[in-house]
Amino acid sequence: MGLSDTVAAARLGGHLFVMPAATQIVRLNVNGDLKEIGVPMHFTLLEALRYELGLTGSKQGCDKGDCGACTVILDGRPTLSCITPVCEAEGHSVMTVEGLADTDGPHPLQDAFDLHGAAQCGFCTPGILCSAAALLEHTISPSRKEIKEALAGNLCRCTGYSKIYDAVMSAAQRLQVEAHLDGSSE
Amino acid sequence: MITDKRKSKSDLTLIGTPMRKIEGLDKSTGRAVYTDDIVLPGMLHGKILRSPYPHARIVSIDVSEAKKLEGVHAVITGADMPTKYGIIPWTADEYPLCTDRVRYVGDAIAAVAAVDEDRAIRALELIRVEYEELPAFFDPHEALAADGSTPYVHEPKKEGGNGNVTKQVHLEFGEVDELMAGSDVIVEGQYFFEGSTHTPIEPHCAIGLWDGVGKLTVWSATQVPHYLHRELARVLELDPARVRVLQPLVGGAFGGKSEPFDLEFCVAKLSMLAGRPVKILYTREEVFYAHRGRHPFHMKYQTGSTKDGKLTSINAEILLDGGAYASFGLVTTYYAGQLLCAPYSMPAYRFDSTRLYTNKPACGPKRGHGSVQPRFAFEIQIDKLSEKVGLDPFEFRRRNFIGSNTRTVNELRVTSNGFLECLELVERASRWRRKFRRLPFGRGVGVAGSTYISGTNYPIYPNEMPQSGVQMQVDRSGRVSVFSGASEIGQGCDSMVAYIAAEELGVPLEYVRVLRGDTDFTPVDLGAYSSRVTFMLGNAAIDAATKLREMVQKAVAGEWEVEVSEVLLAGGMAMWAPDTERQMPIREAFNLAESAFGTLGATGWYNTPKDIHGEYRGGTIGASPAYSFTAHVAEVEVDVETGVVEVEKIWIAHDCGRALNPVLVEGQMEGSAYMGFGEALMEEQIFKSAEQGRAGLHNAPSLLDYRIPTSLDTPELESLIVESIDPEGPYGAKEAGEGPLHPSIPAIANAIYDAIGVRVDRLPFSPPNMWRAIEEAREAGTLGTPPVPDGPQVTTGKPQTKTASSRS
Repeated sequence: MGLSDTVAAARLGGHLFVMPAATQIVRLNVNGDLKEIGVPMHFTLLEALRYELGLTGSKQGCDKGDCGACTVILDGRPTLSCITPVCEAEGHSVMTVEGLADTDGPHPLQDAFDLHGAAQCGFCTPGILCSAAALLEHTISPSRKEIKEALAGNLCRCTGYSKIYDAVMSAAQRLQVEAHLDGSSE
Repeated sequence: MITDKRKSKSDLTLIGTPMRKIEGLDKSTGRAVYTDDIVLPGMLHGKILRSPYPHARIVSIDVSEAKKLEGVHAVITGADMPTKYGIIPWTADEYPLCTDRVRYVGDAIAAVAAVDEDRAIRALELIRVEYEELPAFFDPHEALAADGSTPYVHEPKKEGGNGNVTKQVHLEFGEVDELMAGSDVIVEGQYFFEGSTHTPIEPHCAIGLWDGVGKLTVWSATQVPHYLHRELARVLELDPARVRVLQPLVGGAFGGKSEPFDLEFCVAKLSMLAGRPVKILYTREEVFYAHRGRHPFHMKYQTGSTKDGKLTSINAEILLDGGAYASFGLVTTYYAGQLLCAPYSMPAYRFDSTRLYTNKPACGPKRGHGSVQPRFAFEIQIDKLSEKVGLDPFEFRRRNFIGSNTRTVNELRVTSNGFLECLELVERASRWRRKFRRLPFGRGVGVAGSTYISGTNYPIYPNEMPQSGVQMQVDRSGRVSVFSGASEIGQGCDSMVAYIAAEELGVPLEYVRVLRGDTDFTPVDLGAYSSRVTFMLGNAAIDAATKLREMVQKAVAGEWEVEVSEVLLAGGMAMWAPDTERQMPIREAFNLAESAFGTLGATGWYNTPKDIHGEYRGGTIGASPAYSFTAHVAEVEVDVETGVVEVEKIWIAHDCGRALNPVLVEGQMEGSAYMGFGEALMEEQIFKSAEQGRAGLHNAPSLLDYRIPTSLDTPELESLIVESIDPEGPYGAKEAGEGPLHPSIPAIANAIYDAIGVRVDRLPFSPPNMWRAIEEAREAGTLGTPPVPDGPQVTTGKPQTKTASSRS
């Protein structure tokens, strides 16, 4: 439904009246929480996260799928939430940067980004973390080249990417060590 | 007073070690708050109507239909804020919303505040503007040649003058013509530096909140809250004491948020009329039109040297394409010439620099303001001279090294200078001697050097007050609070003051809170521009912390009945130096000091030396308390069939004085080299001509089509820190945020020459530009690896002859 339909103007008592955008009820599973929200039909997943759920960690850098700052993890895959209609996220699991940490503390990636200075202004960081976390889910020991490829859809304007690679490498190593320790303690 | 600035490494516990940033974990967990993350009760959405014409008179504006639209709470036009503003007080030439004329596609005309974004967009569509189109200027040469037969971009300041000229600077030092005539070797070159823009990933965003009885609060993603504060009060005719500017974390800036913008005035005025908070977030397209980025420069250089490789004379003519407004252009016009005079000694130098208005988005300061463009041209000139006199380009640079504790030809004071170490480090790390003129055809290495200011000695508006101040207090729990007005834009200045507080007061880093980004409770810092923050804020923080430390030392010394100088504060403890087993927790030490001296707080400040500059008009511009130095080597591969240049690696050596936190310094070096690489190969802030559709329209206002380097594009970057320990910097530190960008571009250009024998004098080195240059060289028969310089300094290995035909 286009904008001109949803905001079709009609004269009413000397005032212009805009039809409210049609709303819909959407059920989302975000970071393990089930939420039901009413949003305009044209809302993207990013708008729903930021404006309805208050999850402002995911960023809007371009609003057209070019920069990657809005990247979230949808069913394990990095996904551009700014070009994903919110209704398409129904029935899927959405993970945002706010969902990476658990009660034990930050995710190893989050800690490594802090340790290695991988976040300068930090605006691209949530999206990059989601891309990196999705990578580490299926590639436990990524090469530098694999990291570069996994992050190719996330623009960073501050770092020159070097420190980001260092952080992802070191988090991967830590996850491997932890997996090994978990395995050996069983 | 500032003391102990040159502490040796053994006296320092935290400074110089890798440390986390104080907001690092907030940024990696999504908790960090940026302007657009803020939602206030009842907040309205603002939108700005922009000109579709590059140059037109506004005949009439009718907002009556927009005002009637339900959900619209306020509509404003230029008539609501008829006061000109501008970051440089002498060149205020823009209105928050245009009053009678638009000067570029995207110039702001009207703004609305409505209940949501859709309604605001609809309201813009209902505003009727009648324009009378005017002929537009897109080329600075045409703007310079204008005779007034069509309206200039701005009215001339003097009758009969050319209103398209923002500023002209002519400066001459030494006997330029005589020394040029006496030179053994002269090289000439024409260069074109294409414009580029900052593209922070966070678009500009601002929120205005009028409390209804006289107080205005504005949140903004700005680099200059203090200047914004001043201009908001002036333009909106408010008492500055009742204007508050808050600066949430800023998602990148690079110079692109270093002056007030239309949105900040609009959210304020709209909130004053609507009585509700109003937010405006630029679209990505608006960010490209807001611009204030790198000026396109048309440059001519004539450079002379003796036959043994000593620079004799330099003559430069520069035309700056400024866009529609002055912005920082007055300074840019000076910087275009003033910042070239180190790290090489030059007996004579003349530059003519002219900035023109054109009907395009205004240019301004981008990382390495005004000096990245001439550095590109000049370092190629040096490469050409080296070849002509038969010297290795490293050796040529060494022979002309200006030295430390000296003056440049234009009378700038240079103190610490680690440029020779920078050269040595990149020469060795890159294995230069095995590669230069010795790699196979299509592969090459290039070197370039540069210098940059650590802040400017003179603030933007004339005043004698400190350039930077902090307030610091300690409390009974052992905590230190630092109130800092400096602008955290990702470079780490909030962490920097925390490191200093922790170092001086002996508390763990996590005991330091930095309270920031609010003009209501922080002392003034002038902003994150001109690489001034570490130097100035760092010195201010040392000043405040030293005052507190001395009180704590005195109190503990009294308690222990020992000498004050024997009390050490480190690692969360107060200790007795002769026997460090004698100690007490820092909290107890603070409590003793509070008992002795009362509530503990101190202010600290830094002001630049005001008596160190050139004794001529303009001699204050470029004067800095310290200069950083950089050298790069780039290694490239050029495909002569496609014109594709691949930069494989850039080695970056940078003299930052002292690396207060090497992790952050490396981050600045790598980010700078990355940004220079992007300008060298990919980025073009260009506009359509009439033949391409609508004249003055941005060619590619998106992050897909305006190509900034992705992870796959970016070369390997290796940072090599040089510490010259500056006599006046905090612990000897100088800047690291902008200097390391400069040599990237000429180092790549010189590497391309080494690879294929083609001089590239026009940015970017994109496949179309490269292919044209390669075809010209092919026709001229000059394509091939250039010969090894036969001067005395290159002694390793035998020259190998390689030409295009030897490529297998």
